[in-house]
Amino acid sequence: MRSIIRFETPVSIYAHASAVGGAEADGPLGALFDFHDPTDRFGADTWEKGEESLSRAVLNLALSRAGQSQDEIDLLFSGDLQNQCVASSAGCGSMGIPYCGLYGACSTSCEGLLLASLALSASRETRRVAVVTTSHNAAAERQFRLPLEYGGQRTPTAQWTATAGGAFLLARANEPTLDPVAPRITAALVGRALDSGVKDGANMGAAMAPAAADTILRFFSLSGERPYDYDRIVTGDLGAEGSALLVELLRENGLNLAGRHRDCGVLLFDPLKADVHAGGSGCGCSASVLSALFLPALERGELRRILFLATGALMSPSNLLQGGSILGIAPLVVLEAGKPKKGGTT
Amino acid sequence: MFGAPLDYLFAFLVGGTVCLFAQLLIDLTKLTPARILVIYVVLGVFLGAVGLFEPLADFAGCGITVPLVGFGGNVARGVRESVSESGLIGALTGGLSAASGGTAAALCFGYLVALFCNARPKRP
Amino acid sequence: MNFDRRRYLDRVKERERRSPLFKNCFFAFTFGGGICALGQLLLSLYLYAGLSERDAGTLVTVTLIFLSAVLTGVGAFDNVARVAGAGTLVPVTGFANAVVSPALDCKSEGLVMGVGAKIFAIAGPVLLFATLSGAVYGVVYYVVGLFL
Repeated sequence: MRSIIRFETPVSIYAHASAVGGAEADGPLGALFDFHDPTDRFGADTWEKGEESLSRAVLNLALSRAGQSQDEIDLLFSGDLQNQCVASSAGCGSMGIPYCGLYGACSTSCEGLLLASLALSASRETRRVAVVTTSHNAAAERQFRLPLEYGGQRTPTAQWTATAGGAFLLARANEPTLDPVAPRITAALVGRALDSGVKDGANMGAAMAPAAADTILRFFSLSGERPYDYDRIVTGDLGAEGSALLVELLRENGLNLAGRHRDCGVLLFDPLKADVHAGGSGCGCSASVLSALFLPALERGELRRILFLATGALMSPSNLLQGGSILGIAPLVVLEAGKPKKGGTT
Repeated sequence: MFGAPLDYLFAFLVGGTVCLFAQLLIDLTKLTPARILVIYVVLGVFLGAVGLFEPLADFAGCGITVPLVGFGGNVARGVRESVSESGLIGALTGGLSAASGGTAAALCFGYLVALFCNARPKRP
Repeated sequence: MNFDRRRYLDRVKERERRSPLFKNCFFAFTFGGGICALGQLLLSLYLYAGLSERDAGTLVTVTLIFLSAVLTGVGAFDNVARVAGAGTLVPVTGFANAVVSPALDCKSEGLVMGVGAKIFAIAGPVLLFATLSGAVYGVVYYVVGLFL
């Protein structure tokens, strides 16, 4: 699918929820998340199991917001960073909903929204689809990097895998029972896996920036629009390093983002705090920030149209040790505000 | 009881310099900490082999024996003594026996700590 | 998209924020020197207590390893090392931390296949190359000895 997918019937995100761990709750967006666990364990005895229960908890919260039970959901897309995506399959994936596990590294949230919209457009019988993505700092550190108590220094380009999760419930916007203010996905563009040549696992922003630039350039050249047609261009987790590289790459290709760019990874943590360095990352980073910050702004009408691209660094430690480089990917969805509330409610 | 003050000064200066070089390697090259530790320990064996380790240790004391170079120096000394004593088989038996104190301590304490403690989440 | 990988990598390298070299070196020097001086103090005390030079040396190593293991267990070591860098990595404290931290981490996978198997995950290379280079030296020393 090289072309932009335009959904004849837009897809509404009619309910969503977010949750984070302790470090994220202490960050600048801390108060916006639906709940957090300062211990990062989410009631489980290991980090990995904690991520499973996080994945179930955010989906359950989104369901209860919609007043629905899991039996009313037709399809679930979910992904995380753990090997075999086990946090998703053992977490929300085991709740009895027909389930597809996804791996798009940190781009999974957007990949899931895109696939959910496709599924809703493809089948009349599929009425409600859930998308859940999570990441867990401790589980990711153990799997990809070093033991938690290992004493090392992180380089300034390194990013901090967020302990976070987000759940989204989607349906076609013409469903009669739906709240018309719900933000909707009107179009999407599938990203291309792009080899940045970067081999430094501690500089994933640089590995993802070319993929993000590629998707953005393709989108604007296919649609004929300009960045000022959008209130925000939101990337998932390029971090400070990757964001600066993205802006430079786009400028070289004749596209000026005109101050509209925001990055969830940069927003999630206070950059002055030691050791966060370039910002947050992980499947849960973009998902939780989308649910806690950007979707509410669309619901309130403060933002009308945004581009949302979660960015993924498709990194494998053994591939890196074998001399491989990190591929980046960035799927994109267009998010628009729903119908404004009538009658001037406050 | 506390030994000569000058011993502390030399231990501090030499030990600090050994660590400073490692920091330069970490920050200025792409060498990972694990590789640097390997380089240091092999360097220690080399220094011991060419007979420089003992004079350095006499001068700097713990400044050279406490860093991982000392681990390597110990291995070299153990190998040399074992080969002198029991021939070629000493090349295999000497190294680990000389380093056994530290290795066994790390393994045993590591196991005990794992029994009684839990890892904590990292915080920025 | 106009994308030249070589040029891009050059740019990434160029604009990469570097670690604060002077600060890192200062702390590496002071912490590393400090740990060695602490070792010296322990050595003096053990010698004063009547231990042989060799036993006192081993006991210094064991004591420092014990302290690092405890600090790792209570979750303090990584916070110190974040500042000290090579200052805690290069002394035997770093070796101890490299053994203890994966053991602690992999407790959830069981005491044999978790702690037991992973305890060498980081320190393994050090033990391997120390043993290997020692053995090579031993053979060379033996062969040279035959001709002297």
